[in-house]
Amino acid sequence: MKIPFDKLDKAFENRLRLQIMSVLVANQRYDFNSLKELLDVTDGNLASHLKGLEKEEYILVNKSFLGRKPNTNYEATDKGKKAFAAHLDALEQLIKSTKS
Amino acid sequence: MKETDIKDDLASIRNLMERSSKFISLSGLSGVLAGVYALIGAAVTYKLLNYGSIDYNEDMFVVVDSSVIRTLIAIAAAVLIASVLTGVILSARKAKRKGQSIWNKTSRELLFYMATPLVAGGLLMIIFILRGYYGIVGPTSLIFYGLALVGASSFTFTAVRSLGICEIVLGLISALYPGYGLYFWAIGFGVLHIIYGSVMYLKYDR
Repeated sequence: MKIPFDKLDKAFENRLRLQIMSVLVANQRYDFNSLKELLDVTDGNLASHLKGLEKEEYILVNKSFLGRKPNTNYEATDKGKKAFAAHLDALEQLIKSTKS
Repeated sequence: MKETDIKDDLASIRNLMERSSKFISLSGLSGVLAGVYALIGAAVTYKLLNYGSIDYNEDMFVVVDSSVIRTLIAIAAAVLIASVLTGVILSARKAKRKGQSIWNKTSRELLFYMATPLVAGGLLMIIFILRGYYGIVGPTSLIFYGLALVGASSFTFTAVRSLGICEIVLGLISALYPGYGLYFWAIGFGVLHIIYGSVMYLKYDR
């Protein structure tokens, strides 16, 4: 039985990255602090994984100011959405192949 | 990667997509209570106006003296404040029980989309009241409240959309029957809320 592990996206190997991506796919955009609160993670951890996704060009970063406070927004790119969908398909296939 | 890992991944994705885009702490019980407050308010108003004894069909612009108007506005404000307070307190309790926060990105968005039609409708009603078109207040409040619910429904349970559409339809029918505003108001804010709240309570809260 051949399990299609190779179809899984390396960028989503980390659980947190996958979670970030699912939030960004479900919402048009999400800001850093809301993400942090929702996922219940530390600043550094979240920032490093966001950077990783940004490097893959899966997400876009918009920096702006709300009054004097910096506000960083993230949104999923088309490439990121496609990669996420493909990753989910691969996960599904994995489950099917282990069952059969 | 094991099968359980994959299943955990998929479950966490589903959970996050839901939790990040929908405010699911909205309490059903608060809907029931809001309906009860509205019915009490409507009953007090009915008594106050001695409804039924006056033929409202004839004139849409009922001239009531300003002290009565002030009492009516006070009743409406009391119902509104009591409903909002109950909603916030019960929803906060539900959120706490589920380990979620009540003040997050989704609830802020929900509030914004609800507030826009409500503020517009509220200002419009104040203008109408000042100009003496009291009969228009009942239908207008139902319609704008319905619009607010429909607008907010993408951020919470889809049942809110159905409730909103019912309120709008009721408001429009109410506009066709001037003089019966109080009855429609009692159905819209009282009965519909109680039905909606009970359904939500039985479905999600327990």
